[in-house]
Amino acid sequence: MNYSQFLNMIPEATLMAVLVIVFVADFVSAGRKERRWFNPLVCLLMLAQVLVSFVQTDAVSAFGGMYVTSPSANVMKTILAAGTLIVLIQSRNWLSRPDTSFKEGEFYELVVSTLLGMNMMMSAGHFLLFFIGLEMASVPMACLVALDKYRHHSAEAAAKFILTATFSSGVMLYGISFLYGSVGTLYFDDVAKLLAAGTGNLTMCIMGMVFFFSGLGFKISLVPFHFWTADTYQGAPTTVTGYLSVISKGAAAFTLMAILMKVFAPLTEYWTNMLYIVIVLSITIANLFAIRQSELKRFMAFSSISQAGYIMLAVIGNSAAGVTALSYYVLVYVVANMAVFSVISVVEENNGGVTDMDAYNGFYRTNPKLAFLMTLALFSLAGIPPFAGMFSKFFIFMAAAQQGSAAAYAVVFIALINTVISLYYYLLIVKAMYIKDSDKALPTFKSDCNTKLALAICTAGIALFGVCSCVYDWIAMAS
Amino acid sequence: MSILSLFVVIPVLMLLGLWLSRNLNQVRGVMVAGSTCLLLLSVWLTVTFVQMRGAGNTDAMLFTYSVPWFKPLNIAYSVGVDGISVVMLLLSSIIVFTGTFASWQLKPMTKEYFLWFTLLSTGVYGFFISIDLFTMFVFYEVALIPMYLLIGVWGSGNKEYAAMKLTLMLMGGSALLILGILGIYFFSGADTMNVLEIAAKHNIPVEVQKVFFPFIFIGFGVLGALFPFHTWSPDGHASAPTAVSMLHAGVLMKLGGYGCFRVAMFLLPEAARELSWIFLILTTISVVYGALSACVQTDLKYINAYSSVSHCGLVLFALLMMTRTACTGAILQMLSHGLMTALFFALIGMIYGRTHTRDIRKLGGLMKIMPFLSVGYVIAGLANLGLPGFSGFIAEMTIFVGSFENADTFHRTATIIACTSIVVTAVYILRVVGKILFQKVADPHYETLTDATWDERFSVCCLIFSVAGFGLAPLWASNVIGDAVGPILQNIL
Repeated sequence: MNYSQFLNMIPEATLMAVLVIVFVADFVSAGRKERRWFNPLVCLLMLAQVLVSFVQTDAVSAFGGMYVTSPSANVMKTILAAGTLIVLIQSRNWLSRPDTSFKEGEFYELVVSTLLGMNMMMSAGHFLLFFIGLEMASVPMACLVALDKYRHHSAEAAAKFILTATFSSGVMLYGISFLYGSVGTLYFDDVAKLLAAGTGNLTMCIMGMVFFFSGLGFKISLVPFHFWTADTYQGAPTTVTGYLSVISKGAAAFTLMAILMKVFAPLTEYWTNMLYIVIVLSITIANLFAIRQSELKRFMAFSSISQAGYIMLAVIGNSAAGVTALSYYVLVYVVANMAVFSVISVVEENNGGVTDMDAYNGFYRTNPKLAFLMTLALFSLAGIPPFAGMFSKFFIFMAAAQQGSAAAYAVVFIALINTVISLYYYLLIVKAMYIKDSDKALPTFKSDCNTKLALAICTAGIALFGVCSCVYDWIAMAS
Repeated sequence: MSILSLFVVIPVLMLLGLWLSRNLNQVRGVMVAGSTCLLLLSVWLTVTFVQMRGAGNTDAMLFTYSVPWFKPLNIAYSVGVDGISVVMLLLSSIIVFTGTFASWQLKPMTKEYFLWFTLLSTGVYGFFISIDLFTMFVFYEVALIPMYLLIGVWGSGNKEYAAMKLTLMLMGGSALLILGILGIYFFSGADTMNVLEIAAKHNIPVEVQKVFFPFIFIGFGVLGALFPFHTWSPDGHASAPTAVSMLHAGVLMKLGGYGCFRVAMFLLPEAARELSWIFLILTTISVVYGALSACVQTDLKYINAYSSVSHCGLVLFALLMMTRTACTGAILQMLSHGLMTALFFALIGMIYGRTHTRDIRKLGGLMKIMPFLSVGYVIAGLANLGLPGFSGFIAEMTIFVGSFENADTFHRTATIIACTSIVVTAVYILRVVGKILFQKVADPHYETLTDATWDERFSVCCLIFSVAGFGLAPLWASNVIGDAVGPILQNIL
């Protein structure tokens, strides 16, 4: 065996190193009361990881095609590592509570190992490696969801998550077995070639694809595979919800797109029709449910389902522009959503652990800066210029319309109408903060410097990622 | 770097200045300095533009400048102005300038108010200078969203409802626009978003044009108060604070008409010709229905809002007539209505700030108490009903003459029906003037009220001079506009 192959998977190798360092650091310092250095250490390591992924641009493969990476996957890895960095920065406040501080090390280890799983998943060249990566990402995720198990409904949320995760893995494996039975290989390249050549039973291949799609649909929480989302998002610790809603979703969406476009390219007409239906359902149903929510984390759960629908629009175009649009959308979604979750997190902290929307009544009068940042983030999510969200939405629509069929235009139209509905419910929060007056408005509070730093990064992203086209160009160059 | 970019740079600097300012005086200082710069800039631009045209420069757009923005998607930051944009920029600057003075006394949260107000004007200026579909759209939306907070936070009456309704309806319009823009981009060959280049290619199949024309026309038409999508306008205007009503009715609604002309009709000319009859019927309804509704309202702002529906309907009506005279009239009407309406809303805001009611049944005899504001109101009213000497007369005259140039029965019938609105306008204007300015003082408590303060007088005088100025010397404007309308109509006919 040629050990130099490991050099081809530098982002994964360094991530592994980060994991080991964090583990040792945690092990050595276990039992100490104050570990002020711990969070900065982990953040610095993750920053190094971001830089390592950023400079890694070549397309390489290792282990006989099991591991394949492309420039666009590297871009996505960088984006996800950067998103994880924001989560880690933001998590400090939550992790310094007496009931969580002893779990600080575990939190970091679990987060890093999920990220490692996602990286594996994105650069898999074989269905089995892909599956291992997926499991590596979901099992630690369940632990993360359960991290607050004595508070709220964290344990319930984790149970729901793990049950759905195993179920969806089962469905996906079933689909993979169909494919294997039909074409006789699980290497992505070979499957694509054999499918194109017409090998195997077409019906079985399509069924395999559909099962595979449903399995990933659970991870991305597309309708009709979304039932776990609201409960899990509500029950999980807020920081974890943020992580779950952006990083995990982004990785799964990117992988699904890559596999649909590369492996299932010969079946394009089938999965395109399937996507039309799933997208329209996801966006519309999630939006209608979101309107009725009064609990902010549940609300964000439905918002994230509809965002997932928008993300999948990029796949319809089946083009390089689509890949760029999806990665760009995820990047913008990461900063906007993490800003919202940072605010939710500090407000929850100062409101006795309650995340009802009523807590935001009159919020602007008492905490103008936080309210203003929240407004920017919500505007970005709703797709209002000059914030980045509008650009990412527009490019997604462009990528979908590029396909040119009447059906694609119809789906884009429905998605566009839905942006108005989504604007309505995002404005409800803005309205609560600015317009509604409440005698019980939260008193003025100061947020810690980590939250400030996370919010500053997110806000800079929201403001600049759209207007400065260099970010888009960077992603476009890789795809 | 084109000089036009200053129209975006200055407001952005103003935003920065407002962000940094510590007290009320600094906020006011930034606003006055910024809006004065913008006013001077647009006056300079107008004069230079007229001179350059006079010197024989016949390019479609002057001061053009283009720099790639999102290169893989052929999106560029392209700017340029023709006669239409020049007068629109002048209009915007006048309204922003006077709007600043009209909200001199505004409280609370003055700084935040001016921040959103300036963001709104950034969008307006950016929209009028851009000639790239994407850039145009970005600025268009930038101009819409601040309305939500401006009305919701600083408005009056049923403000939450009005703000939400307005925002959602206008955003619904822009959702249609995105689809239309995508359609134009992809079916014209997907290699440019520049309006002039797309128009020059003139290669979109007619069937495709017919699909996307309604999207774009209605998308912009929502903002131009096209019947039946005008319902946001009365509620929105009635609830908005004074300067926002001024800016909204005065400038923002013009974005609708401008967009219909520049994008829908210019880029989809065949569809415009074939489908114009549907929209002509709708705009005729707008014109008459708006005027009749104004007659039965009792709230001053509602009266004016419906009057705006009628007058903005007239803009779209004239554009759809597609003769050079009518289209020139349409742009003149945008200019004239913008100034008149801003004047009206400013005066109504000032009266409301004193009497705390806008119900005409509770007002009366204001001429004795606040003569300055009342005289201003009479002037605004006379300009609105098209008295010669004011800008309204020039615009409406041009529109109806131009519309009648179409020799067929359909167009002439529509013109005659629309003409009736002139009479109805006189009815609702004179009814209000008679009721609130003359007669007995309705409430003894009104006797203690004061007349306009210096900042209000300044704002009102500026607007009256502009209205009268365009009324007395309209020729340069109609020449500049006519030159710009020509090439666009050539594409259609």
